[in-house]
Amino acid sequence: MTDDRFVIAGREFKSRLWVGTGKYKSFAETQKAIEASGADVVTVAVRRVNITDRSKENLLDYIDPKKYTILPNTAGCYTVEDAVRYSRLARAAGVSDLVKLEVIGDEKTLFPDTAGLIEAAKILIKEGFIVLPYTNDDPVVAKKLVDIGCPAVMPLAAPIGSGLGIRNPYNLKILMESVTVPVIVDAGVGTASDAALAMEYGADAVLMNTAIAGARDPIAMAEAMKYAVWAGRLAYKAGRIPKKLYATASSPIEGML
Amino acid sequence: MGEAIRIQVNGETRDWCGGVTVADLLRELEIATDRVAVEVNLEILDRAQFAEHRLRDGDRVEILSFIGGGASGIGHGGVDGRLACTNRRNCQSRAASSAIF
Repeated sequence: MTDDRFVIAGREFKSRLWVGTGKYKSFAETQKAIEASGADVVTVAVRRVNITDRSKENLLDYIDPKKYTILPNTAGCYTVEDAVRYSRLARAAGVSDLVKLEVIGDEKTLFPDTAGLIEAAKILIKEGFIVLPYTNDDPVVAKKLVDIGCPAVMPLAAPIGSGLGIRNPYNLKILMESVTVPVIVDAGVGTASDAALAMEYGADAVLMNTAIAGARDPIAMAEAMKYAVWAGRLAYKAGRIPKKLYATASSPIEGML
Repeated sequence: MGEAIRIQVNGETRDWCGGVTVADLLRELEIATDRVAVEVNLEILDRAQFAEHRLRDGDRVEILSFIGGGASGIGHGGVDGRLACTNRRNCQSRAASSAIF
């Protein structure tokens, strides 16, 4: 699988599993889980520095930005204004124009506000950002995001952190067939088979956080996800057999007594 | 050094000497200048401006960096790490996810 790379806005990615860095017990655990996952893209959030805590451990002391592509997100932003503000802050704090754009529309489901997402993406693309939008599993919205210049789309499989797996595989498949840019299934994965399924449907990559960080053994789950994504990708490339209602014998009749 | 000034740093009120720069502030707080973004009165500064930009009485300074995060969840920074929303109407606390089945 080493030569199975994909490209977003001229950047080459070799791992088809991307991981978040939230919800771990410690930075050391975060580091170990990311290593076990084999991911080369990790998402981070942008927040106030704690000015009273002098211990000052920094996440990036554990995740080497030379080794990983750091993908800042706009998690927690409910307005276009906030999402744009956090994107600009992320760019000022970091080294690249990449942003995983989230404009959240509902606090119970954390579903994206797709109208706000498109509006924020337009502003940021004009400012030179490489916008990877966290969107709904809506093919029409995905097409609009691509039309305004998003070099990839990140549709959800299910609500963030829900672990429900792919709730609408048909929409997701239609979405994948509707756009020509890479599709990274983001959010909702619960276990390895969910990740494998996303890849079997034709996703270019899967992004997850809670499924790994929230597992009883995050490091083992990270490894499971690595293999699941590989298996799913291989199966997609190999081409699955069609589903049929009735049996087809796999042993020949000839030579039977 | 000029007269005493009162500024807000990440939401906390702090008294400083007039004439201090953003770089002075970061040094005093023991915050490395790489990997942080600094916003003064909603204006984001380039890193190159840190040493020149002098703080004035009433300035609101935000110092941010990367923390653990996936999607809309919050990592080590906790909710306290969030900036004050520019639109207060949307500043509602996150509902706890509930196990349903």
